[in-house]
Amino acid sequence: MSMNPNMSQETILKVEDLKTYFPMRTGIFKAVDGVSFELKRGKTLCVVGESGSGKSVTARSILQIVDRPGRIEGGSILLTRADGSVSDLARLDARGKDIRSVRGKEIAMIFQEPMSSLSPVHRIGTQIGEALRIHFGIRGNEQRERVLALLRQVEIPRPETAIDRYTFEFSGGMRQRVMIAMALACNPQVLIADEPTTALDVTTQAEILDLIKKLQQSHGMAVLFITHDMGVVAEIADEVLVMYRGKVMERGPVEQIFHAPQDDYTRRLIGSVVKLEKKAEVRLTRAAISAEAAPLLDVKNLSLTFPSGLKAVDDVSLIVRPGETLGIVGESGSGKTTMGRCLLRVYDPQAGAIDFRRPDGHTVDIRTADKAELKDIRREVRMIFQDPVGSLSPRKNVGQIIAEPLKLAGVKGRELEDRVCELMQQVGLEPAWRERYPHAFSGGQRQRIGIARAIAVKPRLIVADEATSALDVSLRSQMLDLMMKLQDELGLSYVFISHDMSVIRYMCDRVAVMYRGRIVEAGDTDQVVNHPQHDYTRALLSAIPHPDPRERRIHKRFRYDPARTVSANG
Amino acid sequence: MLRYILKRLVFAIPTLFAVSIIAFIIIQLPPGDYLTTLMADWASQGGAVEAGTVAAMRERYGLDQPIYYQYYKWIWGILTAGDFGISFELGKPVTELIWNRLGFSLLLSLLTLCFVWAIAIPIGILSAVRQYSISDYTATFLAFFFLAVPDFLMALSAMYVMSAWFGQSVGGLFSPDYVDAGWSFGKLVDFARHVWLPVVVIGLGSLAALVRIMRANLLDELSKPYVTTARAKGMSELELLIRYPVRLALNPLISTLGWILPAVISGEIIVSVVMSLPTTGPLLLRALLAQDMYLAGSLILLISVLTIIGTLISDILLALTDPRIRFQ
Repeated sequence: MSMNPNMSQETILKVEDLKTYFPMRTGIFKAVDGVSFELKRGKTLCVVGESGSGKSVTARSILQIVDRPGRIEGGSILLTRADGSVSDLARLDARGKDIRSVRGKEIAMIFQEPMSSLSPVHRIGTQIGEALRIHFGIRGNEQRERVLALLRQVEIPRPETAIDRYTFEFSGGMRQRVMIAMALACNPQVLIADEPTTALDVTTQAEILDLIKKLQQSHGMAVLFITHDMGVVAEIADEVLVMYRGKVMERGPVEQIFHAPQDDYTRRLIGSVVKLEKKAEVRLTRAAISAEAAPLLDVKNLSLTFPSGLKAVDDVSLIVRPGETLGIVGESGSGKTTMGRCLLRVYDPQAGAIDFRRPDGHTVDIRTADKAELKDIRREVRMIFQDPVGSLSPRKNVGQIIAEPLKLAGVKGRELEDRVCELMQQVGLEPAWRERYPHAFSGGQRQRIGIARAIAVKPRLIVADEATSALDVSLRSQMLDLMMKLQDELGLSYVFISHDMSVIRYMCDRVAVMYRGRIVEAGDTDQVVNHPQHDYTRALLSAIPHPDPRERRIHKRFRYDPARTVSANG
Repeated sequence: MLRYILKRLVFAIPTLFAVSIIAFIIIQLPPGDYLTTLMADWASQGGAVEAGTVAAMRERYGLDQPIYYQYYKWIWGILTAGDFGISFELGKPVTELIWNRLGFSLLLSLLTLCFVWAIAIPIGILSAVRQYSISDYTATFLAFFFLAVPDFLMALSAMYVMSAWFGQSVGGLFSPDYVDAGWSFGKLVDFARHVWLPVVVIGLGSLAALVRIMRANLLDELSKPYVTTARAKGMSELELLIRYPVRLALNPLISTLGWILPAVISGEIIVSVVMSLPTTGPLLLRALLAQDMYLAGSLILLISVLTIIGTLISDILLALTDPRIRFQ
């Protein structure tokens, strides 16, 4: 780096005892409660915490763009400019001219959802150029030239045509690049990134993290990076701020946070991350599942082409043995969810066979099963969904939700009641809560309700589609442990669909890697994770952030070039 | 884009065909035909009619033919020669009777639309930005009040107030001096002085729906992340409001054009009768009462065509303003 070492220690933003409160009907909600930190030139501060910890509100407080009714109640946010002048952003009027001249010009921000954070009806060139017009009055051709330069900086291919396109014509990663170009327009001193890679695939995430790092070095920006992913923290942070319920639990260099955490909460957080870095203990001690056992599910050459011509599932073959967990891993658009839904005939695949072994030993092809058979099979094959909010009816209480599949199976009265209570206990919920409605439960508890509903009719196979993706990391391992406990108790088999390799490694016996509708590699989890055979698997594995700052590796990752492989395969 | 418009145009053809059939069926629904009405009129005047005369007339008007043949004759005439048939009652070709009135109807509807949009959009924005404030409640209350008052009542009270308190000449679209005069600047001014009252009366009825749509759309948009993004760029609140959420909230409003237009046209019928405007409304009412088949059928057909054209225009406008639709 060409930067002066003294310069790099210079504090640009100093936040002290920041308090942002939301007045509610039931009292005051202290979203941010006495948070202090410093941002230094050229350095990255990561703010970590689970959902609801106040990390996002902290970031928004700096620019005073907290959603109503939130407001800054106290503390100071001191911004030091290059010319030495200092102003306290906390004291500025949120609608006034002064704070507006800071937003986008001195402190810029990028957001989590690049799709919804950009307007769908304005061309991206217009949206990027706006900051130039607002702060420097740059218009017309000069603006266009500057925007083109920015697009080149964020490595968007063919900037001359890209500039006149709309957001929905780009992929997620490209959209996030547009966001970054927008943030860089006025050469800000500080970049606030609010979960900028959470909505992206791991390989795209790695690209974006690389880009931010590169631009940070060339522009000498201070970066405030908000994330819940400890792997990302370990890869990019210089300093870390751990937040919990609006308060700072610990603040220190990244090395200390990961290897010598002082605070109990930090220790637990790191613990739950590290736990997911290896195979679950209950699975290490369990006897291997015999490869000779007759498969419960035998999928052969399954193909599904959507009317649009998209081959979502392309010649997929896999087997699931009794008591086994098969992981399906892949990035968004790989067809893993579609494939999972085919197993329950949510979609009708055009070709192939889904042979399912019934308890009496004979096999039924789910793909061609008739209505009555399908009804029976759907009692034995159940599904758990990703979104624990959307998949539970808000108008039914928990008891009714869990009872539903039982009622369909003809269970009534006293027996039904007992069974619901038993199921709730089994998934770690108090039976006394069965009168409550889903909104009264936390995300993790809701997912437990979903699991209880899935196991209610004693299924033999459960298709879990990103069942833990919406959960915080500390809850994730709990949920996986619960699923494995149930597996051992009830002799269940799982098809576990996830984009998260650590989750797969933690609980799956075998894993299949999907890419563009095809299975590119399948095998024992240890084998695939430690000795990947296919280039795509290697690229996927090497793009996963590793939660150890001593071993930063995603910038050295392996890149997969499908064009080359396709031509190689002929 | 051109393909999109062409596709829409092609889709409009079967709709038009269906509408023409329905229009014809509706007219045939009441028992009897024009001659029955005519006989009843004559009978009430004490005239006796010979059975032969009726049969002869029935043959002359083509009323003895089966209904599908009558429809075929009518629609074929329209398609090949622009001939909409003859009004039985007035004894003149339909075309001669309606073009002038149709022009006024269209003009009145367009003016009303402009008026409603011009009022509804700002009120909707105000209601959304100041949600649950006094101004929000007032605007909502007034909009619903006007929605609840029947058109004819509003027309009558407006006419009463204007003529009794302000001494303005009400009714019609022109003062008596100008009715038969050719177009001149004076006539235009006179027109403007008359037309605003029906425009306001018809428009206020549709106001509520549009205000509520605008308000709801904007409330949805205001909490979208792209608003925060724009704010984080340093944009002023007013520019931000107009440039982003209002711009996006207008899109669903544009698609309301398709159904606001028929609402305005049917509202216009009642108001026109009350205010005796030279539009298609009163003519249609009379034609329906007299079972004047071809006249009523042509009017319903033309009004439906206008509505379909309105929907088409709203589709095209929507595609112009929303790239997501254009690129589908």
